[in-house]
Order: sequence, then structure tokens, then C-alpha cells
Amino acid sequence: MSDVLAVTEHRRGELRDVSYEVISAGRDLADETGGDLHLAVIGGDTERFAEDLDREGVDVIHTVDEGEEFNHDVYVQAVEALHADLDPQVLLMPNSVNGLDYAPAVANRLDLPLATDAVGLDYDDGLTVTREMYGSKVETTVKVGGDRQAVTIRDAEWPAAEGVGDAEVSAFEADIDADSGSTVTGFEEVGGGDVDISEADFIVSIGRGIEEEENLDLIRDLVEATDATLASSRPIVDNGWLPKNRQVGQSGKVVTPDVYLAIGISGAVQHVAGMKGADTIIAINTDPNAPIFDIADYGIVGDLFEVVPELIEEFE
Amino acid sequence: MKVLVTVKEVAEVADDFEIEGTEVGERYLEYDLNEWDDYAVEEAVQLKEDGPAEEVVTVTIGPERAEETIRMALAKGADRAVRIWDDALEEPDMLDVETKTNLLSAVVEEEAPDLVLTGVQSGDDALGATGVSLADQIGFQWGAVVNALDYDHDAGVAHVHRELEGGVEELTDIELPAVLTIQTGINEPRYASLRGIRQAQSKEIAPKSLADLGLDAGAVESDLTLTSMYEPESESDAELFEGDASDTAGKLATVLREKGVAE
Repeated sequence: MSDVLAVTEHRRGELRDVSYEVISAGRDLADETGGDLHLAVIGGDTERFAEDLDREGVDVIHTVDEGEEFNHDVYVQAVEALHADLDPQVLLMPNSVNGLDYAPAVANRLDLPLATDAVGLDYDDGLTVTREMYGSKVETTVKVGGDRQAVTIRDAEWPAAEGVGDAEVSAFEADIDADSGSTVTGFEEVGGGDVDISEADFIVSIGRGIEEEENLDLIRDLVEATDATLASSRPIVDNGWLPKNRQVGQSGKVVTPDVYLAIGISGAVQHVAGMKGADTIIAINTDPNAPIFDIADYGIVGDLFEVVPELIEEFE
Repeated sequence: MKVLVTVKEVAEVADDFEIEGTEVGERYLEYDLNEWDDYAVEEAVQLKEDGPAEEVVTVTIGPERAEETIRMALAKGADRAVRIWDDALEEPDMLDVETKTNLLSAVVEEEAPDLVLTGVQSGDDALGATGVSLADQIGFQWGAVVNALDYDHDAGVAHVHRELEGGVEELTDIELPAVLTIQTGINEPRYASLRGIRQAQSKEIAPKSLADLGLDAGAVESDLTLTSMYEPESESDAELFEGDASDTAGKLATVLREKGVAE
């Protein structure tokens, strides 16, 4: 068989964007393998999800009615059973936090070679995956061996599938033992706190380049002089220098200000996911090759400790 | 309780570098303890300091050079270390998840830990899959991307937070034995003290070959082959401000005023 099986994802009653992206990636790949595109939707309101997932290019949608929310034991068993039934050439899963929580177990159980965090896929006499290494400093192509392969794809790298399809919807009865040693007990929103950075018009955001906590005072002076809102990339929050509600990125807040001034931020993909919607992006960084300059509208290749004091003077 | 922490020595690439074939030139690489594993080590050492853990053992897949990094983990409070290496591991330019799972499983079998902590991913090849694959292989429970851990020793349950996307955390109870993949920010990794560094010199780093682990070369045949490596094309169309700090700051101020966000 040369089909592609793609697993979708939902949380708290909503399909996540990556579910539509995995359709686009899966359709392209199925065209190359010469097979059908099968989707799996596991748990939650599968009927409603299946209706929504019936986009152009989807051949069959398999629904597995088991539980409301993500549970890795259910996902592993459901995908394992579906894979055994369909024997697809390639199994696609999201490289999301939940994807990372079940995909490696599925691959291990099915004895499939696994390539994670793909940003490109190519099937021509075997599967080749494009991915990044060394914190996005290099891109690589990786040939994935074996008779069958498993891949997780990075979110926002493929367009969301659109159009209305005419997929067959099929209820899949998997023999699932959901009684395991791990139990999801709830969800918690993080942040809140004193300020909502997602509402700000002008954000001054700081990253690793600030080097030491004491140096944050310099940025606070700039924030005060320009009446901006202070935010940061992940390492600053990890260090405990700013609270979690100030973090911009995949696991933090998504912001859409008029201007986003990124200071000493290299622009890792996880950070960019949270701020690329800003109208104008301005970057100050010493490294001219920093990925932040790829998405910036204006940039200063320079030392923040020289530029920021001058900038403060401009507004005082 | 015994805690096993997987510790990886990762290569970090300098700002300016050259690619030679399918690898970054050796002279542009610096080796360091994987950032995510640093948090995993700290979490394990805190479990020991707080009582529930009696012993913290680290395990590393790496050549002799990696011992410098391993000593760092020992200096931070791990009790002893296991280092897996074999000539057969020098061949593949990228170890696949299955290989690492096979090697680490063999060590888990020997050590019989109650809890295994790994970093969520490594800073170099960033597969992010070894911990969960290992858990499945050895029949442990697991949790991926854990950013808070509260261990209930009497119940043998780890209450964890899993950091989902968009500022939401999932609360999960995981029965031991288990593998947890640790996210940055879960704690504040300590610096190795001078005393710790001195003590680390006398701690055991046990080398293990494939044969020591009861494995043969078939266990390390990688299904992933690097076929090319290149610098991503810059898509930058940013307007760069030229001049000294005063000039560039002046131009930036003009833009901010034009955009109406600062006066």
C-alpha cells in the first residue's frame, strides 16, 4: 500500500490549526506515493470534527470515539490499530506537545523509523525529510529508511487545507484499554497577572542578548521612556527574570501589536510563532545572520548596550 | 527511589561557520551539556535533596570527550555516571531514536530506576523523541514536556504539568515507574560549585560497550541518513539602519514616531 495516514489534533472542543496543515502535507505526500490520504480523528466530538476536516483532497476520515480530551495511551493504541488495518506507507503526526507525547511510542511499537519536526517532505523512491539542526542554524535533508515511515511535522509550515471535500467517514472500532497509569486531571491557564501583552500596541521584547538580570533595568528605562509594554522570549522567563505572562511564543502568548521591537532576540521558530503577526517588526541584534532579521521590517545590526541608551535619549 | 537522568553532550555552532559535506566543520563547534538535560539533572538532584531519591545516576551516549560534560552533571550533585560508547556508534552521522532507545533500555534494565528524567529535546539534532520511545520500550508510564513536578512518595505518583501551546498547561498524574521529559524553566539549574567540581573528580563514570549491554551492532543501525546540510537561505528584506549607535537609534526613533507608537 502507498497510502498516507495523518493524525489530527484537538483541544477543549476545538480542532487545532495543525490538523488542517497535516491535511495539506499529507495530500502532497499521497500524490507522490500514489495513494489515498486517510485522516484519523481520535476522541472528542468526532462527528463534528469529521465534518470540519472534510476538506479537498481527503479520501477517508476514520473516527475513533474514545474519551473527550487527548490521552496518550488512547492515541497510541488507536493509531497502532489503524496502522495495522490500513498499512500506510507514511504515518504523519503533528510535532505538537501532544504529538511529542504519543508519536515516539507509536513508532516504537510499530517498529517504524521516526523523523520529527519536518519542515519539508519529499517522496521519490523513499522518504526524504527536511529538518533543522543546531537551533535552526542549518537545514538538513534526511533519508528515512525502512519499509514504512513515521514523521511528525512542524506546525505552520504547510498551508491549512481549504475547500469542501467528499471524504468517506468511517467509524473505527479499536480495542482500547484506557485504564492506564496516567490520568489527565485538568487544565490551567498560565499568566494572567498584571498586564495582558496580547492587547499591547507597542511591545519592547527582550531575549538572551540581555545577558544578565541587572541589565533589564536598561530595557525598563526604554519601556518607560516610550510608554511601551515589556515582553520577552522564553529564556528570560525560564531564568525567572520576568513572569510567564510576559512570554511571547508558541508556549506563551501570541501578540499582534503595531510595532514589535525585538532586542537581543535571535528569533527561534517557537518565538516567531508568537509575534509574526505584528504589523511592523524591528530587530536589534549583534548577529547579522540571526533568523529574526528574516522576518523583520527594520533592523539594526549592533550592540544593544550601545543602541538602547541612545534610543532612550531620543525619547527623554 | 533511584533516578536515572539521560545526559547528552551537544555541539553548539558558532555564529560564523562552514559546512563540510554533511557536517559543520569541527573547529566551529563547542561542546556543552544539553540545555534541557541541565534542567533534568537539577530536578533529579532536588529530589535527592528533598528526600525521596536515594541515588541519582546519569547515563550518556558519547565518546570519551563527553566525560567533561558528564563531570559537570556529577559536580551538580549526581552520584555516578554510565557512559555508553562503541566503535559501531561512530559510523552513522545521526543516531536514530530506535538506536538510542535500544542503548538506554539496556541501561535501564541494569539500573532498575524508579524514575527516568530526560530533556525534552537536544539542542543539536532536536529529535525530541527518545524519552517517550524509551518509556514505551521498557513498559514505564511517561509524560512529555513537563514543566512542573510534584512527587508524592507515599502514593508513588508524580503530579506533573505538561506545557501545551498557547499558555495552557495540562495537569496529569503519572504512576511510577515513569519517564518524564523535562522542559526548560521547571527549576533554576545550579552552577557547579568548586567543591562539587572537586568531588566530581572521584565519582565513577562507568564505560559500557555494546557487548557490556548485551547488544550487537544490529542494535545501532540507524534508519536516518543525512543526505545534505546547508545554511537556510536568508529571506531577509529588512531595511537595515547604517551608522554608529547614535545614528541607528535616531533612525529607529523616527520610525517609531512615524508609526505613532512613541513620541
